[in-house]
Amino acid sequence: MSETTAHDAVDFAPPAEVGEMELYHAKTWIGKYVWSQDAKVIAIQYGITAIAIGLVALVLSVIMRLQLGFPNTFSFIDPSNYIQFVTMHGMIMVVYLLTALFLGGFGNYLIPLMVGARDMVFPYLNMISYWVYLAAVLILVASFFVPGGATGAGWTLYPPQAITEGTPGSDGGIILMLLSLGVFIIGFTMGGLNYVVTVLQARTRGMSLMRMPLTVWGIFVATILALLAFPALLVSAIMMLLDKLIGTSFFMPAMVSLGEQTAYDGGSPILFQHLFWFFGHPEVYIVALPAFGIVSDLLSTHARKAIFGYRMMVWAIVAIGGLSFIVWAHHMYVSGMNPYFGFFFATTTLIIAVPTALKVYNWVLTLWRGNIRLNVPMLFAIGFVFTFINGGLTGLFLGNVTVDLPLSDTYFVIAHFHMVMAVSPVLVIFGAIYHWYPKITGRMYDDGLAKVHFWLTFLGTYAIYYPMHYLGLEGIPRRYFAYGDTAFMSESSQDLNAAITIAAIVVALAQLFFIYNMIVSYFRGKKADPNPWEATTLEWQTADNPPKHGNFGPELPAVYRWAYDFGVPGAADDYIPQNVPPKDVKKA
Amino acid sequence: MSESVQLQPGLKGLVADWSSDQRAFKGVPWGKAMMWIFLLSDTFVFSCFLVAYMSVRMTTMVEWPNPSEVFALEAFGTPVPLLLIAIMTFILITSSGTMAMAVKFGYEKNRNVTFWLLIITALLGASFVGMQAFEWTKLIQEGVRPWSNPMGAPQFGAAFFMITGFHGTHVTFGVIFLIIIAIKVRRGDFDHERPGFMTGRKGRYEMVETMGLYWHFVDLVWVFIFAFFYLW
Repeated sequence: MSETTAHDAVDFAPPAEVGEMELYHAKTWIGKYVWSQDAKVIAIQYGITAIAIGLVALVLSVIMRLQLGFPNTFSFIDPSNYIQFVTMHGMIMVVYLLTALFLGGFGNYLIPLMVGARDMVFPYLNMISYWVYLAAVLILVASFFVPGGATGAGWTLYPPQAITEGTPGSDGGIILMLLSLGVFIIGFTMGGLNYVVTVLQARTRGMSLMRMPLTVWGIFVATILALLAFPALLVSAIMMLLDKLIGTSFFMPAMVSLGEQTAYDGGSPILFQHLFWFFGHPEVYIVALPAFGIVSDLLSTHARKAIFGYRMMVWAIVAIGGLSFIVWAHHMYVSGMNPYFGFFFATTTLIIAVPTALKVYNWVLTLWRGNIRLNVPMLFAIGFVFTFINGGLTGLFLGNVTVDLPLSDTYFVIAHFHMVMAVSPVLVIFGAIYHWYPKITGRMYDDGLAKVHFWLTFLGTYAIYYPMHYLGLEGIPRRYFAYGDTAFMSESSQDLNAAITIAAIVVALAQLFFIYNMIVSYFRGKKADPNPWEATTLEWQTADNPPKHGNFGPELPAVYRWAYDFGVPGAADDYIPQNVPPKDVKKA
Repeated sequence: MSESVQLQPGLKGLVADWSSDQRAFKGVPWGKAMMWIFLLSDTFVFSCFLVAYMSVRMTTMVEWPNPSEVFALEAFGTPVPLLLIAIMTFILITSSGTMAMAVKFGYEKNRNVTFWLLIITALLGASFVGMQAFEWTKLIQEGVRPWSNPMGAPQFGAAFFMITGFHGTHVTFGVIFLIIIAIKVRRGDFDHERPGFMTGRKGRYEMVETMGLYWHFVDLVWVFIFAFFYLW
């Protein structure tokens, strides 16, 4: 042991247990960049596809806001379109953007680099995973163009209305939606198996699980959640497809539709809700846990301070992951299920607040007396902490049955989940993209543009969602095309809606700064230092910048310490990379 | 520091052991780890199916058909309850036995015996699917449809065809992969660790075991389907 007092640094890395991985080095341009088996290229493919479809969803949300802010102004939005846009906005954002970008994008890029592997363990499967995902996206896009248009069932796709005549897109739209989800799940499973096995079985010498950066922990646990939660969605999609296509009655009760008795009989719509939310609630954490992990690393790196309570952060991620499977029915307090269920699920829901609050405290304590560098990724990370606390606190209201009942299906719910699982993860995504942009492209982004992007996005989202809390407390229901004159709505609520719409347009336009910055900096940005943030994790210590296929040089790096050796007393620099043994540390 | 680190007693030692260097599961090849995790995910798929089936069976207002009568087969002039399904279950469980033996002989690098055991397993699996097709035909001829059936609740046909169909698809895929693995064994791909039949990756006899994991899983799932569908 040297004189520097680091967390768990030792001069020893065990000998390699597994032989070198055989990599398939493509010779053609198409093999390298299109049908690529390199996790980094696959990550970028995932990222670009997810952002592209996410922009579609962003445009849909602006159209929705135009209608709500200025009703009876735009002739191209009719009630059917409106509800279709609501549905597709939600589904795209949650599944096709956030899930795909965090796990397919950041997972693919960061897992092999951060754990010190040459690539994912099954590169071929990994490649197919992306192309299946792309197929799912294309099927989803196709659903806009079938007769009747995309489904308008709400992103939760509740039967019976999802497949009953009268709902927009109840023919081709819902069929393609369910098909697309099924395809997405198949593609995700291929990728997800890769991420989990890579983390478990393909780490480099010295990289124990308890030395992994929290980013990897977040993505790892989120992937396990996804592998266990998506089956419920797959099953419900299959069953609903059968109900729609061949007339089974799993979810469809006997009912009269458009004055006629339907052929359905004896199904259980509540069953769908249970299956859907058994997927749907872990899905929240599939999106949130990678964000938790990434934000921990951003805060620690840019505050030049070890993450506070690393082990507890890991346990909190694991605990949240476990608990997320037993809280699903808090989305169903008004569904008419047994009241004792509500009691149970309210309790477990509030228990989840404990590990979550623990993480928030630890982030704040990581910042406490840190040597904070307000780089753009740090701005986004701090913005995340604020937004997440806001959204988390309203979660306490909605988690309680009695408080939830009057707030259910109002704008309060919209405000809550957008703050906690839309804006928060998206802020982390932006922070992470700015953080790793120098590594991915080898060039720096434009700092000024990035700061403008941050402030417009951060303040703009507050201008959008804070007023929605008031609207919700007033009882204004969600998913309505227009409100007209209703006694319980105050006159000013329409003004508030108009203001929200203007803020939404500003935020949407602000994303142009981001896209412009990303594209132009890729060609014109100034060459980036291999480790511009002076970070400790392995991806910043690669021989090439950006790293080549195979990630590292001829020899894989060995790991001698945890990922958070910032400001170690006695060391010359304020950070020590993970692959530096204590005997090689420069003394002050 | 020496190579063997003394583990602390209790939870801390357990965590240290699990999170230990490079691999959480020592000596487990990647393919096998992947198969286990996939099967865990697939378990959730089948669990959701079975829970959904139980749920609709309890919520439907129409009477559920009596499985002893529906699944009876005429033998020697008397209807024997669950005759076909007993034979099918016996065959599938037998195939698990031959599969386990194939794994054993595989690790002994006994190419010939492994090949034949895999082929027998595949044949047993195929005959299971064949009998399932027979059972489907019989029910369809009796008027059972996914949307209705003459004996009672329409959910009976829906759940039966969906779940046994999903399981049958698993068996069918298993049979296809058993044949692929058998050909690989026959060609000696695993003895020479060369990239061979239908893959660019080096083959090892561990693949037989990975295949076996899948096959035993499909078998185990059948036990649950059997219990919940035919015995309830």
